Amino acid sequence: MALHRHVFLGLAAASIAATAVFAESHGNNPAVSARKAHMSLYGHNLGTLGGMAKGTIAFDAAASQAAADNLLALATLNQMSYWQPGTSNADLGDQTRALPGIWAEGSDVGAKAGALVEAATAMQAAAGTLDGVRGAIGGVGGSCGGCHKSFRAPES
Amino acid sequence: MLKALFRWSVALALVGAAVFWWVTRPNTLDANALAGLEPDVAAGEQIFYAGGCASCHAAEKAEGEAKLVLSGGRAFPSPFGTFRAPNISSDPEYGIGNWSAMDLANAMKRGVSPEGQHYFPAFPYTSYTKAKLGDIVSLRAYLATLPASSTPSKPHDVGFPFNIRRSLGGWKMLFLKEDWTVTGDLTAQEQRGRYLVEALGHCGECHTARNPLGGLTLSKWLGGAPNPDGRGKVPNITLGKLDWSHADIAEYLSSGFTPEFDTAGAQMADVVENTSHLPPEDRAAIAVYLKVVTAVN
Repeated sequence: MALHRHVFLGLAAASIAATAVFAESHGNNPAVSARKAHMSLYGHNLGTLGGMAKGTIAFDAAASQAAADNLLALATLNQMSYWQPGTSNADLGDQTRALPGIWAEGSDVGAKAGALVEAATAMQAAAGTLDGVRGAIGGVGGSCGGCHKSFRAPES
Repeated sequence: MLKALFRWSVALALVGAAVFWWVTRPNTLDANALAGLEPDVAAGEQIFYAGGCASCHAAEKAEGEAKLVLSGGRAFPSPFGTFRAPNISSDPEYGIGNWSAMDLANAMKRGVSPEGQHYFPAFPYTSYTKAKLGDIVSLRAYLATLPASSTPSKPHDVGFPFNIRRSLGGWKMLFLKEDWTVTGDLTAQEQRGRYLVEALGHCGECHTARNPLGGLTLSKWLGGAPNPDGRGKVPNITLGKLDWSHADIAEYLSSGFTPEFDTAGAQMADVVENTSHLPPEDRAAIAVYLKVVTAVN
């Protein structure tokens, strides 16, 4: 038992160290890397839903439902560890476009994240039909954009 | 001899001043230009979204229903100074509640206030001048249905010599034109897109570079421009750069998603909030029009 514990702690320490080394060598803060990975997973699943809405991908109810389920799962993941204070573009420069306003007093970032959960929930309920996807995609886009408009710096 | 010369120069100066006065006079529409045009409030709502009125005239950071309170105040930095959007809510004292349809038509098509003063072209009348009078009459009726706000308009912060409004008469002579930028044989759908982009949507105001006098460089129509607030660039949306399909463009104007499923940012997020209210045929028409604009590389 005790051995297991030591092995586990050792592995955890090693992985933290490896993350730090990786981050240093790539010039990226690990929290920022995790955020970007999370965003690209949103993008991947939206690619399925949006492609079907646009008509560039043939509608397939199973694929659409899977993408919508993923979207909601992603939106409801606990992301506290990678939205840490001290990781805005004011702290880290060009690595990130996350504005300090996310963490500012009175920030409505929580409400905006809640809007995405709401939109993703609606998408999950609607994803069984093409009309459903088409009706729900605007709400998802609006909630993504709502956060980006307030809290993401423009591309330089 | 000297006296005669002096008299001549005074006379010439007077003629010059008279010509300046004539050339730069605010030029309003014919008094009966709106005769027979009946307002349609529902159509006016569509004009409101196509024209993007709320993007500038709603209070900064307003969202949802609050975007219909056109209390103004948002600042627009430029090389000539900082302009501030005025209150155009339905309040009769602080907004434009007592304006006639003709007042709105003169403002949008001629850039002239009800008091006969030139507006600064931060108000995009160089685009709105191409709007149909019937649409302006309907817009007037729709604006009257929106909430009143008693927030006073803030003054512009524009230095000499740009603060001499009369000189805008000369500016208008150079840059205020009702002609379409894209001409030639267009289909009905392309013409609809042209109306939405060139007139109501005033896309060229940000997406086209300006010359040192602040006029649009029409030879590089929609070819991109520096962002007036100094951060980044407003992109080139001609075929020279934008390789999105019709469906991509229409989807972007509907949900805000790019083909990579990133979302519209900065001011364009506000634009998408407006275009998402348009019927799908209008977004398709905009996409079709963008494909016939001369490519800028």
